[in-house]
Amino acid sequence: MGKTIAEKILINKTGSDLSAGDIVVAPVDLAFIQDTTGPLTVRQFQAAGFKKLAPSIKAAVFLDHAAPSQSREMSNDHTLLRAFARETGALLSDVGDGVCHQIVAEKLAKPGDLIIGSDSHTVTAGALGAFACGMGSSDVAVVFGLGRTWFRVPESFHITLTGKFNKGVLAKDLVLSLIGQIGADGATYKSLEFGGEGLSTLRISDRLTISNMAVEAGAKAGIFPSDEITNAYLKEQGRAADYKPITADFEAVYERTIHIALNKLEPMVSRPHTVDNTVTAKELAGTKVQQVLIGTCTNGRLDDLKIAAGILKGKKRHPQTRLVITPASRKILLEAIKAGYIQTLIESGAVIMPPGCGACLGLHQGVIGDGEICVSTANRNFKGRMGSAEGFIYLSSPATAAASAIKGEITDPREFL
Amino acid sequence: MLTGRAFKFGDGISTDHIIPGKYAYLRSNLPELAKHVMEDADPTFAARVKAGDFIVGGNNFGLGSSREHAPLVIKMAGVKAILAKSVARIFFRNAINLGLPVLICNTDEIADGDILEIDLKAGLIRDKTNNKSLTFGKIPEVMLHILDEGGLLPYIEKHGDIRV
Repeated sequence: MGKTIAEKILINKTGSDLSAGDIVVAPVDLAFIQDTTGPLTVRQFQAAGFKKLAPSIKAAVFLDHAAPSQSREMSNDHTLLRAFARETGALLSDVGDGVCHQIVAEKLAKPGDLIIGSDSHTVTAGALGAFACGMGSSDVAVVFGLGRTWFRVPESFHITLTGKFNKGVLAKDLVLSLIGQIGADGATYKSLEFGGEGLSTLRISDRLTISNMAVEAGAKAGIFPSDEITNAYLKEQGRAADYKPITADFEAVYERTIHIALNKLEPMVSRPHTVDNTVTAKELAGTKVQQVLIGTCTNGRLDDLKIAAGILKGKKRHPQTRLVITPASRKILLEAIKAGYIQTLIESGAVIMPPGCGACLGLHQGVIGDGEICVSTANRNFKGRMGSAEGFIYLSSPATAAASAIKGEITDPREFL
Repeated sequence: MLTGRAFKFGDGISTDHIIPGKYAYLRSNLPELAKHVMEDADPTFAARVKAGDFIVGGNNFGLGSSREHAPLVIKMAGVKAILAKSVARIFFRNAINLGLPVLICNTDEIADGDILEIDLKAGLIRDKTNNKSLTFGKIPEVMLHILDEGGLLPYIEKHGDIRV
């Protein structure tokens, strides 16, 4: 019987012939924690009696959610995590390096890998052909100690892509549209697997945006086959040897197939307070916006800053609309400086935050106030997410966000292209 | 047999409703963190909940973040089980890992304040207020073993490894 990519990766890791629904123990290639879930992992690791990392595991610690720390308490958590990295030999990615998911893509994830992280957006690495999923602190603690954990082999949805985006339409619009169609629990426990001739038009930055949001439909993984675009990306990162081709079998069995014609998509926005509450940007024209956030692990890559800078070049943000930029990694920030995007953004009135999670989780660097509306390129618009339960978050692409910053209201970016 | 009062919530209770990210700095001070349990869904919950009570949700309970602190603060509030029509994957795994049962059942007929009696072994929920009985879906065997040991850590301490 033909196999999906999720099945193939778990078969490869366990050496057993598996199909959706089977429950297996599999060795994990990479396990990581971040600064808001990591301290509990460290305490659970110690409470379970583990002293050392399992020899087979690659482990990483990311200080990205409070970067730099906004409080004494978080600084103490950082101290704990730095000590853990030092004592165990886990890789440490410190304040300013960037969001864990971006660093995992740049430096660590390989096609065919089995990756877990104590962060729900661990699914992001699926863009490179890895089976990557989020787990809690205790699960990661046990994987740090044992090098393996249990997995249920997921059923898969095949998302068949055709055509290519029209001008002003981006990967974010695709994934918002998909989640709007299937719902915030439409793919609970499933693997979303992408295919079709439209794949050849999607850059790695696009694929990372799409995989990142798989969890917003409840999915356990969001996986792209690896191809020449993956190969070229890994080469650019100095990791040519990490490439291997991985694709689903032609006869793979899917629970559901969803066709998306890229050329039929329009700029989309998720309204408060759920990601599946989608409409076209055009339908929200006139909605006043107090803050625009461009960046994070969803849309903080060079291609995203480029499109935002292109729209904002020579223009100013609306006087009543703050513009906050949070690049996903140090590497991206440096490249954006070199390309002139950062200068353009600052000249347009933006404030540049250090690479990291920024305001996305409501801890610092752009928390919104009661009654305020934020257009954000991040991945969640839950009530209270950005620090105020009385605030309102609209999710969009970086193009829609940039256009909205200029007009001070939600704006279809095609007005500026 | 568990007996307690139902605190009823709607669909799509996210981990940000349960314990908002803005309190991430309190995650190494659990008693302080736990004061904010369910704050953005019902600010009065923390003051009203008593040991032995139940949280009853609708669809997709616990969606969002992987923060294990979400089921942890619910457990610290004394809640003995979560009942929901459906549950988000990571939350489900996290709750079981902490020894907190999540029971999948049709929660439509349970009203806020109803007194529930739950027999985990028999798989039965009795709503003593409206006199109706419910069954809940089977928990996968591997998770049942973890739940039986009181959570993932006690399970690992006892068995030294994960077996399926």
